[in-house]
Amino acid sequence: MKREDDFQTRRKHLADLTEEQLEERFWKLAEEIVDPLVDLAYKNTSPSIERSVLMRMGFSSIECSAIVDGAIERGLLGKGAGHLVYRLAKEKDMPIREAGLKLAEGEMWEDVVVIFKGGAN
Amino acid sequence: MELKPNEKLNIENILKDIDKYRPRRRGWTWRKGTGQNRKIGQFEYYDTAEPLEKSQPLPSSKGFGYIDPQPENVITTEIASGRFEDDIRRMRMAAWHGADHLMVIRTAGQSHFDGLIEGTPQGVGGIPVTRKQVRAQRKALDIIEDEVGRPLNYHSYVSGVAGPEIAVMFAEEGVNGAHQDPQYNVLYRNINMVRSFVDAASAKKVMSWAEIAQIDGAHNANATAREAWKVMPELMVQHALNSIFSVKVGMEKENICLSTVPPTAPPAPCMRLDLPYAVALREFFREYKMRAQMNTKYMESSTREATVTHTLNLLISKLTRAEIQSTITPDEGRNVPWHIYNIEAVDTAKQALVGMDGLTEMVEIKRDKGELADKVRELKERAVLFMEEIIEVGGYFKAVEEGFFVDSGEYPERNGDGIARKIDGGIGVNTVYEREEDYMAPVTAVFGYNNVTQYDESAVDNPSKLIGGSTFEEPNKIIFIDELDENDNVNVRLEETKELRKTSKIKPEMEWAGDGIIQITMCLPAEERVAEFTALEIGKKMGLEDVEVIHREVMQEAEGTRIEIKGRVPFTIDTDKLVIPPKPEIMTDDEIRADVEANPMKVVAGTVGEDEHSVGLREIIDIKHGGIEKYGIECEYLGTSVPVEKLVDAAIEVNADAILASTIISHDDIHYKNMKKIHELCIEKGIRDKIILVSGGTQVSNELAVKNGMDAGFGRGSNGAHVATFIVKKRKEMNNEN
Repeated sequence: MKREDDFQTRRKHLADLTEEQLEERFWKLAEEIVDPLVDLAYKNTSPSIERSVLMRMGFSSIECSAIVDGAIERGLLGKGAGHLVYRLAKEKDMPIREAGLKLAEGEMWEDVVVIFKGGAN
Repeated sequence: MELKPNEKLNIENILKDIDKYRPRRRGWTWRKGTGQNRKIGQFEYYDTAEPLEKSQPLPSSKGFGYIDPQPENVITTEIASGRFEDDIRRMRMAAWHGADHLMVIRTAGQSHFDGLIEGTPQGVGGIPVTRKQVRAQRKALDIIEDEVGRPLNYHSYVSGVAGPEIAVMFAEEGVNGAHQDPQYNVLYRNINMVRSFVDAASAKKVMSWAEIAQIDGAHNANATAREAWKVMPELMVQHALNSIFSVKVGMEKENICLSTVPPTAPPAPCMRLDLPYAVALREFFREYKMRAQMNTKYMESSTREATVTHTLNLLISKLTRAEIQSTITPDEGRNVPWHIYNIEAVDTAKQALVGMDGLTEMVEIKRDKGELADKVRELKERAVLFMEEIIEVGGYFKAVEEGFFVDSGEYPERNGDGIARKIDGGIGVNTVYEREEDYMAPVTAVFGYNNVTQYDESAVDNPSKLIGGSTFEEPNKIIFIDELDENDNVNVRLEETKELRKTSKIKPEMEWAGDGIIQITMCLPAEERVAEFTALEIGKKMGLEDVEVIHREVMQEAEGTRIEIKGRVPFTIDTDKLVIPPKPEIMTDDEIRADVEANPMKVVAGTVGEDEHSVGLREIIDIKHGGIEKYGIECEYLGTSVPVEKLVDAAIEVNADAILASTIISHDDIHYKNMKKIHELCIEKGIRDKIILVSGGTQVSNELAVKNGMDAGFGRGSNGAHVATFIVKKRKEMNNEN
């Protein structure tokens, strides 16, 4: 878009605001713009977020990538990659680390799919 | 590992047991002891922080008892050589000069790398940021901060498509500061905007847990827009969006720093343009910290010009505020920054800020009326209008699609050249997944929906309870990867430079150990292009390899061009084989005084030949400059342009112990010829074995003076104590011989 500087006409509704009111307006608008973005982030996840969860559970970057890729492949990322590992460990009475390594190696995914029946496999 | 000032950092020791190293703290550290007056040397300072235990003061500190006042501002240096092991050494140099925020630039392309990089591969224009590299540098900084006596903040980037993972790794490894701004991903890295914001929230949440100070990315608009001063309203919008987004995700305002740059540079009337902006920004963002960066947009290859611009930037920091003062190396316009220019930039900041200590006690901004007041108001209104229109078109994503950002028109003017991105485009498009109702992440510092209740209601506030603690509580759970590439890693590189690190052989270096790079400045009496090619030929004839012109500046079209070249030295020097004369011994003032009191001493002094320079000699003699008179030595000063005969005759007449001849002019070696003449005349007159002959001057070397008949020669940097020590000792020696 091209537009001449129409600041003088555009600013009319701001002209009578005090410095404080202007500042208040600035921050109110900023909040209004970011609120939907915060909400979006609240409700969604991504491969990087899920890998970062697995890292905190004690997996290396390489293991995290393998597990997340496996989860995406089976339509299970919306459950949380860490959740898959946690639940598998719980159901099979395995340590978290061992359960995750199995998944990283491509094993036991059928068990995960059964546990989370909603998986689109 | 304790470090001695005269010992080099041992990189192998740092890498030893690196798999087991744990950071000693988390979070950002501000300078201590600010907000109080402090007496340092002869002066009372208003705006300093605690001094360092060990530091390298400014060159001029020599005239002030080597004091090294530290300004209140944290000082940043950005290091980007491509080899982290050499960057560690540069960090130590920078810390000694007063930097306490060491920022590591990432290698080109890392922001598009979907995951963490491991090991220690070499980078381009920065380093691949990996766990091993981060841990090694944090460990090194722990050693260096113990040495200089001030906490050092370590910093890199949480941006790109792997932001959340990098944030976790940084939190685990004790990184103290990081850039994080999803707008940067969107606008400059073309990463999908939905992915960027979703990732950013998670990354910021982790950073908040680790109390990592956040720096935003708004300053890039300055560097990108055609006319940087016109994006000022937009800059405030970008700062606001990242700041408030961060707050809503859980970050404390005190850990949110705005990356702000004075947008213009001379010859623009930059203070008049930049100051109102700085004031407007700091008013709107009163609760946030300022990280003031120096201008890079208009930098060319003149390091002098860059330094002046940067000094003006520092004036703005001083007149407004900058909790973090970042520095740009003055050579950034010509190459990847060199060691010496990182240090120059840090010194520029320290020097200017200390020089302006207490300035605001005497000078204040005319805030409430006149041009500045009008301009501040206008900028604020333009920024508000910008955001009104974002909402009007349907929000942030729509605004980005319509090219709202980095347009070269000063909002609301639009030139239609902004950076537009598509919501369904960019790297990482369609990689965002909706969290299902039973979504769960059993770890600490998760942002967003997390259904922990389904397993344990008591774990809602501490999801990592489900797994007996995450790596944030149980760092032993961190899995360390050492190296993945057997050819591209630090061990291979260290092996290549082993000779230079383990033997007495050395090579000059600007970036990396053993790079051999030197820089030569010359003035050639030729026009620019001829001068450039002449300089290249000169470099080659001097035996340099890979010669390049790095700076050219016309003195006058026909009369001359200043040229700077760089090239590589293809040889090493074995320092063990050098004949290095010992440093001159200096007696204490009391020892000299006692000797002169017991045996009164007389000297005659003058500048010989056709030489009217007397400053140097007066410094050696005069009591007010700390010269030899202060020891009670009687000085007969004969003035300037004294014939050597007169000098020798006067010495005979007053029965002097010594002649001090100053010889500044060195054309045609006249200074050495005059020394020889004095020596021969003394022999002729039969006094040579009874008199001490000393010459001095900026071009005098002791070795050549002695060769030309003097007992000693004193060059640049000499003072009264050096000369007095010598003549007192020499007299004793002569008396013993007699």
